[in-house]
Amino acid sequence: MIEYLQILGQEVYKIIFLLIPILVSVAMIVWLDRRVWGLVQKRRGPNVVGPFGLFQTLADALKYIFKEIIIPASANKVVFILAPIVTMTLALVAWAVIPMSENLVLSDINVGILYLFAVSSLGVYGIIMGGWASNSKYPFLGAIRSAAQMVSYEVSIGIIIINVLLCVGSLNLKDIVIAQKEMWYVIPLFPMFVIFFISALAETNRPPFDLPEAEAELVAGYQTEYSGMMYAMFWLGEYANILLMCAMGSILFLGGWLPIMDIYPLNLIPAPVWMISKILFLFLLFALIKAIVPRYRYDQLMRLGWKVFLPFSLLYLILTSSFLFYFDKLPKVDF
Amino acid sequence: MIVHTIFFYFFSVIAIFSSLMVITSRSTINSVFFLILDFISVGCLFIMVGAEFLGMILLIVYVGAVAVLFLFVVMMLNVAEQKQSWFIGRKSTHIPTGLIVSVLILLELLVVVGGWKYKQDLMSSSTLVMSNISNTHQLGLVMYTDYILYFQLAGVVLLLAMIGAILLTFRERVGVKKQSYLNQISRNPANAVELKEVESFKGVKIDD
Repeated sequence: MIEYLQILGQEVYKIIFLLIPILVSVAMIVWLDRRVWGLVQKRRGPNVVGPFGLFQTLADALKYIFKEIIIPASANKVVFILAPIVTMTLALVAWAVIPMSENLVLSDINVGILYLFAVSSLGVYGIIMGGWASNSKYPFLGAIRSAAQMVSYEVSIGIIIINVLLCVGSLNLKDIVIAQKEMWYVIPLFPMFVIFFISALAETNRPPFDLPEAEAELVAGYQTEYSGMMYAMFWLGEYANILLMCAMGSILFLGGWLPIMDIYPLNLIPAPVWMISKILFLFLLFALIKAIVPRYRYDQLMRLGWKVFLPFSLLYLILTSSFLFYFDKLPKVDF
Repeated sequence: MIVHTIFFYFFSVIAIFSSLMVITSRSTINSVFFLILDFISVGCLFIMVGAEFLGMILLIVYVGAVAVLFLFVVMMLNVAEQKQSWFIGRKSTHIPTGLIVSVLILLELLVVVGGWKYKQDLMSSSTLVMSNISNTHQLGLVMYTDYILYFQLAGVVLLLAMIGAILLTFRERVGVKKQSYLNQISRNPANAVELKEVESFKGVKIDD
């Protein structure tokens, strides 16, 4: 029994040392997002609290903690409280399989990419539950929009993942990264990378696809009735999800922790630094797109998902598999 | 092993409890939530016996897509208030049908599990060799060799079902304005703007 307790203790220790950096980086990333947004609009963005305004998010978090949590009288209380918890938990749980370097990963499971896909597809529950439990018109509309949107874009993300898996021959995230040693998949699968990126925007409800919280039409969508810490949890979960999508993109297409070229000065830089810089690069693109692209109309969003991305990614899947088969490049798996 | 047993009972108790709650809970929304809990705990059981691929696919397909659509439909149709007749005392018409279906499923399970237990070569496959290769590879090896025909047939049946559903709900709407991206992009000032001499007291017709 003592051994189990010891193992449990070690795991808890590891989990805490995974979660704290993620929460801190989520706080930093919110600052970066607002800063980029401000710079694009020729403002300064948050620059008062701490050096360069770095502690702005911490100040916001403090403010949220001391605000009162208001639960609407006609809300379904259990589901209402559960919704932000579900959102935040699912956003953090997915990080367990993200490899930061060859050895730096909490759990190295065989079906890592499926686990990521499953957890990111569960993310819609927090939004639906929040929208429904608020028992109010705008949150409900936001939740319904979000459900349709996320289910639609999951389909094309799934097919893009199949494209990559065909080239790798394994569902393990480490294997996926190591298979890109010769060439990052962003080069042969560039159209898939673009579609993955746009679908990731839609999956995380980021602008230009932020219809679930379109403030001009729906006040704040599914989070209208939330206040205080519960709102902050939705918010943290959302940004953790965005970071997760960036991590997924860098593992699938940008070669994870691998350096750009395996030559002398570049391969001295430690692997986690490469991984983090790739995540940051993708996040900068997310932030820039938020600032420069106007919001899509709902029917345009659906059209893009079902009539453009799905047929195109299916076509590219056929192209990829034919290429791999014809040139005998299918991954060899030794049993 | 003890920890394994504890987790097995933990997940199976949750699975059985939540499946009971699905059929007995009074509000339809709660039923759907318990159904999701049931799916998740069954997925965990799959992962515990080493069928990690099946467990993850169960999560992705059933929890990530099917249950979302369930929830969607239940919320949209506003059947959340519908009281289940089981508790109110009215005679339920669903019980005979449900009984027939569940007895049939029980019989099928008995045949399959019994046959597997007492006649082991009944289910064996010519390509499947039990070894330490991963569950995903094993599934692929069996599914795309021995059962390729059935696999493809299942796909075709699903495709037909989808096309049928689209065909049934498809209706041609008249008088709806459609946006054509090609037309929008190919407009230019030369053919989009027209100057007209307006005669007084006659006006000009501008809509086309």
